[in-house]
Amino acid sequence: MGEPAELGWPRRVGRSKSQPMPPDSLPAAASAPNLPTSPPPGLIALFVAFAKMSLSGFGGVLAFARRAIVEQHHWMSAEEFNETFALCHFLPGPNIVNLSVVFGSRFRGIAGGLAAFTGLIGPPVVIVTILAALYAHFGEVEALRRILAGVACAAVGLLMAVVLRMMMPLLKKRDYIGLALMAAVFAAIGLLRLPLPAVLLVAIPISIAISFAIRRRAQRQAKP
Amino acid sequence: MNPGSNPISTLVWTFAVMSLFAVGGGNSAIPEMHRVAVDVRHWMTDKQFADIYAISQLSPGPNVLIVTLIGYSVAGLAGGLAATLAMCGPTAVLAYFVSRLLTRMRHSRWPGIIQAALVPLSIGLMAASACVLAVSSDRSLAAGLVTAGAAVLASATRLNPLWLLLAGGVLGFAGVVG
Repeated sequence: MGEPAELGWPRRVGRSKSQPMPPDSLPAAASAPNLPTSPPPGLIALFVAFAKMSLSGFGGVLAFARRAIVEQHHWMSAEEFNETFALCHFLPGPNIVNLSVVFGSRFRGIAGGLAAFTGLIGPPVVIVTILAALYAHFGEVEALRRILAGVACAAVGLLMAVVLRMMMPLLKKRDYIGLALMAAVFAAIGLLRLPLPAVLLVAIPISIAISFAIRRRAQRQAKP
Repeated sequence: MNPGSNPISTLVWTFAVMSLFAVGGGNSAIPEMHRVAVDVRHWMTDKQFADIYAISQLSPGPNVLIVTLIGYSVAGLAGGLAATLAMCGPTAVLAYFVSRLLTRMRHSRWPGIIQAALVPLSIGLMAASACVLAVSSDRSLAAGLVTAGAAVLASATRLNPLWLLLAGGVLGFAGVVG
């Protein structure tokens, strides 16, 4: 149930012939904080807004972030939000955490990034810590063990649904190279249980080289 | 980092490095978290890992907060905080600088190329996450059926995922999962 499962994601990040993230539209999102219809938020507003969306975000915060930022506060247009999210998705680490920092700092510099970050992370960390303490005390209680086992089964199913949804663009485009890369990473990490850094240090350069070659060939074909 | 050192610094080091390789988001790092926490460091059992994944999905906030639960089980309150900051801090700083940099390289095609290159890798990692968690959780035919049912319902409907998790909990309590 990762954040990318939510609205609008697959449209934006396919391995498509058109640029998934048009370079000339990035700066609009990055350097024009005064474009949105509302005045830029202050530090407290940033903290409160991100705390609210985080606390209402069960199973991924992205949908709530979009609703709050675009529809409720009008701090960004839907287009700007998508571009910002695309950037945060291609960076490593938790997407929504990256988004909070990029969003907050765009309006209020480093302090704004920190305010959004602590709003997003702080309150749920308190809740999760309480749950962790409860689990440490009662984790062996039979009824709780059974309940958590059932929740875990359902949670795995939800994750599978997310993976399927993410795979659809590759399947529809018959992107066999992308599917092969995906399968190779799956086998190395999921089946062989190799360390993540080692696998990615091999896979990322290969994938970038392929992606670069495909784009070059497409450009050559476009202008003979 | 040698394993004998302070557990907090081990947590920080582990998750700070891991976060930089979490291509596509927090859920992509699940197999690596499982490998480190269960197989390498023996911080918890397979069943406990499945439990805390379930807890992290039941709680509000970013999914990545599973690291708070791992950290807490290793070193209590300080461990939970250290793991969380280590997993979220480095990439947050990176995101800050890259977003500033990108405004300057507006005409470069590299962001698009790198992004296209990372998509299949991140899907492969998420699929591996599902696989690792399924091996931990689905220990009976009935459990597998609950997982399959949740996957079908989540794909075919727009049901709030929380309902599916709660339904799983009810089935588990009833002893269906075994």
